[in-house]
Amino acid sequence: MEVKDIIRDENKVYQRSSLITENPFSYCPGCGHSTTNRLVAEIIEELGIQKDTIGIAPVGCSVLIYDFIDIDFSQAPHGRAPAVATGIKRVLPDKIVFTYQGDGDLAAIGTSETIHACNRGENITIIFVNNGIYGMTGGQMAPTTLPGMKTSTSPFGRNVETMGNPLKITELIAQLDGVNFVSRQAVHTPGNVRKAKKAIRAAFESQINKKGLGFVEIVSNCNSGWKMTPVKANQWMEENMLPYYPLGDIKVDGKMVKSL
Amino acid sequence: MKEFLLMKGNEAIAEAAIRAGADAYFGYPITPQSEIMEYLMAENAYERTGMVVLQAESELAAINMVYGAAGTGKKVLTSSSSPGISLMQEAISYIACAELPCVIINVVRAGPGLGTIQPSQADYFQSVKGGGHGDYRLIVLAPSSVQEMSDFVPLAFELAFKYRNPALILSDGVIGQMMEKVQLFESRPRATEFDQSWVTTGKTNDRKANVITSLNLQPLPMEKHNHHLQAKYNKMEEDEVRFEEIMCDDADYIFVAYGSSARICSKALQMARAKGIKMGLLRPITLFPFPKLKIAQLANRVKGMLSVEMSAGQMVEDVRLAVSGKIPVEHYGRFGGMVHSPSEVLEAFEKIFIKN
Repeated sequence: MEVKDIIRDENKVYQRSSLITENPFSYCPGCGHSTTNRLVAEIIEELGIQKDTIGIAPVGCSVLIYDFIDIDFSQAPHGRAPAVATGIKRVLPDKIVFTYQGDGDLAAIGTSETIHACNRGENITIIFVNNGIYGMTGGQMAPTTLPGMKTSTSPFGRNVETMGNPLKITELIAQLDGVNFVSRQAVHTPGNVRKAKKAIRAAFESQINKKGLGFVEIVSNCNSGWKMTPVKANQWMEENMLPYYPLGDIKVDGKMVKSL
Repeated sequence: MKEFLLMKGNEAIAEAAIRAGADAYFGYPITPQSEIMEYLMAENAYERTGMVVLQAESELAAINMVYGAAGTGKKVLTSSSSPGISLMQEAISYIACAELPCVIINVVRAGPGLGTIQPSQADYFQSVKGGGHGDYRLIVLAPSSVQEMSDFVPLAFELAFKYRNPALILSDGVIGQMMEKVQLFESRPRATEFDQSWVTTGKTNDRKANVITSLNLQPLPMEKHNHHLQAKYNKMEEDEVRFEEIMCDDADYIFVAYGSSARICSKALQMARAKGIKMGLLRPITLFPFPKLKIAQLANRVKGMLSVEMSAGQMVEDVRLAVSGKIPVEHYGRFGGMVHSPSEVLEAFEKIFIKN
């Protein structure tokens, strides 16, 4: 059998999304952002909504997404992506609007905008990448940093008595009446990538079908921020992050499917 | 003949926004300007023209909604009063850097801090020097009547789109709250076509993806963008200066005042003229760009200028820069929520310029 007999459409199991730009990914090798960016691009392409989609890229590593997906983007001030998305969606109600936010952006500085956009039931999609740390600024403590976890601003580990508890904002969002779909996923194994893609697709379809706000948390590693190799970081994530942030759908079609 | 209506300044702004074809208003309640959103809601602006009116959870959210919607090329505005405008400054800096058109209304109250809900003109520096971080300017229009509250809304949109820059209407609690006759302009339709070279309305096959951002991690391109912005502000200074002159031709002395202080000074001017003092009034209508050339020309032939503002003296600095030491320039004003009377203004003028 020759190579040309193997490279045929019916044998194809994967191809790069045509919406991924030629810009080389600038995320750290092994970071969940690359995979999550790719999933968002694939879903926009598969749903055929490139010409109708506007993304919001806020502050932090998540801002880089506008270099990698070939759609219209608006950058947003730190934490304000849901407000920027609200502004766009309200004047263009037939367009598809999504935010792509990290945990510092969505769950610390932008908590108010997040909660209120969700509570108003804005018909948008929120993709939330939670790696428990501020990645771009060099590994400071985030609202989602685990108890005891060492960061550059909690060098002896997060002390919950003085630094507060990790915020499970996704569970909080799920309880708001304005929200239609909520899921928490990960992208560190092929199986998890498939589940994450399904959830992200459901969150976009919720908006397209005018059912309301879809919210997907992706639990990711931040291997450079955590000061671990990519493989070690994924192991640490499974052992520590996932018990605290369990994976799975939380709310589907406006109904809770998981008791909190 | 068009009919006159009796309206509050804040109501006139709101009605003008609907008539100007605004696509959206995002705001948050704060005294003394809450009537703007109340009027838009009560008038059912959405039913009338399709204009979106949304009460945000904060001024922060409101201005970021403006930022998002302005990026689609729509005509968008917000309004607030001093503390709320302070809260918006980060996003205003982003909007200016990303070169988006929008209209912001500040019905100024007295500060600093929570201050009081009474009128003030102490937000001049914040308005004309940028207000947030970085080198940028807003186009600043200062209405001094309810009529101008109405007329300046379409003007602000026109200038905002001409330069793709935020335009600020700097009013105050006097003009916002007082009722006066106003002749409204004819309604204009909302725009249906948008400049596809920059708007975020979805990437179609015939154009590249548009990205609205103020981020540029490389310093050289960032410096280049700053030069581009400065060139735009210089163009505004050449082409967009607006002012009103009252009895300046034979004047020995000039009041320089804007907004409600200009109204008070026009009365003080009449009182001065009745006493034989040749007083004139220069009323800047655009505070940025500032009528510095006009003030420099006047400084060649008058004896002194009094900048009258409800502040501790802010615009007086720009008057002094324009005069460049040729003649004395002084400041007078009540502030902290107090409004000077015409006789207080005249008395202060005589004390400074006549009796000494």
